[in-house]
Amino acid sequence: MYQIRWHGRGGQGAVTAARIFGLAASVYGDSFAQSFPSFGAERRGAPVLSFTKVDSVPILDRRQIYEPNMVVILDKSLIKLTNVTEGLKPGGKIVVNASEMPAEFKTKAITDNFELILVNATRIALEILHKPIVNTAMVGAACRASGLVTLESLAKAITELFPGSQEEINQLTARRAYEEAQIYRQGGDLH
Amino acid sequence: MRERKFLSGNHAVAYAVKYIQPEVIAAYPITPQSSIVEKISQFVANREVDADFIRVESEHAALSACYGAACAGCRVFTATSSQGLAYMAEMLPYVSGSRFPMVMPVVNRSMAAPWTIWGDQQDAISQRDTGWIQLFVENAQEAFDTCLQAYRLAEDPAVLTPVMVNLDGFVLSHTEELVDLPAPEEVQAFLPPYQAKYAVDFTNPTTFCFGATPEVFAEYKYHQQAAMEAARQKITDLAVEFEQLFGRNHGGLIKEYSCEDADYILVTLGSFTGTARTAAQKLRAMGKKVGVLKVRSFRPFPAHEVARVLANTKAFGVLDRNYSYGNEGALFTEIKASLYDCAVRPPGLNFIGGLGGRDIRLDEFEAMFTKLEQAAGEPGTVKAVNFIGLR
Amino acid sequence: MTVALPSAPHLPNPNRPITTGSWRTFRPVLDHEKCNLCLLCWVYCADGAMKRSEEAVMVDLEFCKGCGICAKECHKDAIDMVEEG
Repeated sequence: MYQIRWHGRGGQGAVTAARIFGLAASVYGDSFAQSFPSFGAERRGAPVLSFTKVDSVPILDRRQIYEPNMVVILDKSLIKLTNVTEGLKPGGKIVVNASEMPAEFKTKAITDNFELILVNATRIALEILHKPIVNTAMVGAACRASGLVTLESLAKAITELFPGSQEEINQLTARRAYEEAQIYRQGGDLH
Repeated sequence: MRERKFLSGNHAVAYAVKYIQPEVIAAYPITPQSSIVEKISQFVANREVDADFIRVESEHAALSACYGAACAGCRVFTATSSQGLAYMAEMLPYVSGSRFPMVMPVVNRSMAAPWTIWGDQQDAISQRDTGWIQLFVENAQEAFDTCLQAYRLAEDPAVLTPVMVNLDGFVLSHTEELVDLPAPEEVQAFLPPYQAKYAVDFTNPTTFCFGATPEVFAEYKYHQQAAMEAARQKITDLAVEFEQLFGRNHGGLIKEYSCEDADYILVTLGSFTGTARTAAQKLRAMGKKVGVLKVRSFRPFPAHEVARVLANTKAFGVLDRNYSYGNEGALFTEIKASLYDCAVRPPGLNFIGGLGGRDIRLDEFEAMFTKLEQAAGEPGTVKAVNFIGLR
Repeated sequence: MTVALPSAPHLPNPNRPITTGSWRTFRPVLDHEKCNLCLLCWVYCADGAMKRSEEAVMVDLEFCKGCGICAKECHKDAIDMVEEG
């Protein structure tokens, strides 16, 4: 089972990001998936978590995620506030929205053999959506980094969740982030 | 046309309502139930559900409005949770005693105090003796399928008893997963339109729910119990019929998982079943003969079925996400009573966990099975009631 | 085994000091020249993060979530929302 933890702030769309990924992987892919928010109340601006599980077989395990294979960080200011790599498996992936790789990850990446993926989702979102809403961009980058979801499946999931005028620009945002996401540091094999 | 969607447990319930087409819906929002009624009100606004949606001022009013609509012969729907269910408490036995076949999903959440919005099953268990059938589901697909089955069950002429469909707050209500939706015509064949047995008819005036004297009261209670007995077989039959039509069987009264040759069985209720199975899978791979027994129907209680499965174990455990203060977990009491008539009774342990939304880790599930081995090997060395992960 | 919690769910105040200042993306900055101490910001602040004194209002940045209601309500345009960085 591949487990993803999304870090955002209330209102940034981290919950929607987890949902888009799960929808794309399952309904529009060939996997089984679960997505869920951190249970409880959600408050605008507060650090929030959301989760996606993907597997090739139906997912029986309904626990929360403690040892993710990948963490996706929508807002780099969270790095100083919360331990975003908590429980991340050795060799796991960190996808971060930033213009340059935050120094915090560089040493951790060497000790735990993390793979670092960098994408400037805020710039992409501002250019295309004219708003700093980065969730679709970050899903694009996460699809690329995980290799679990194709761009085609992702586009279909966005069509389902973003009707009307939002569809095309969000697809474009996701695709741009998918293409621009760069591996800053190659990781090792997941154990 | 069949469809495959990525839905939360709550939205799966709302989609079921689209197929069920109740004529009156009255509900009051409460976390974690809210997204059921939000989605349904959207369906009503879009005319995808052709119902009157009554916005009420409380849960007591919600069930009262449903009661009135049921008197008028309508198929009705409501949903609630926790304190909302408690607020309905007065109306619950009114509905069951009046033999109105309602279905009400209850999104299980703890009871205050301390105040909390997170989940356990204290809310539904506390309403055990209100005369409602109580079914518990373990995933979003089962929530959808059980809503359809519940209407068939409730409306069966031999049953005419309301049904609570219990789904765990957040773990099911807010978790999205794949749900297969049947074609509308398939559901029409399974669930025909509702024909009320007791309804307002101007040509044959009726007094609904008259004041009963001691001469007749007990007889109505006897009828209610007889209806519960009829529901027992009906729940099992419906699971089989549903499987023939839709290819899915979540169990009738119970669902066994590798119980056949199991020495140690853990009994569960609701969404923690899947994780318990994951632990059992892992232990089976290590050569341990363990199984998981899901109780799907808490009322009527499947005493015979439970006894059949547990009688030959070396020890059994019962996971309760509730507590009957002054005694033990409510499910544990029932399971033990089920085994009373067995010639040899295996030792049993009660595990109290998942209260107020606390997760149960995989190693904690494994530890439960280890404790069962200990209880069988050295009887009397393990205390009967064990709180899991108590800080 | 059991954490030292009181037997009933009642705690003396302040009990769980959850500071909300970290939620902020924009910080209110007050122009003292423009402020006439009308205290509208103090009235409207949903978090009680505006502290009043004889001379001026002050923002308690430990709790201010940066919602911007104070800036929106200020009739004197004395509050600017500045991005945290």
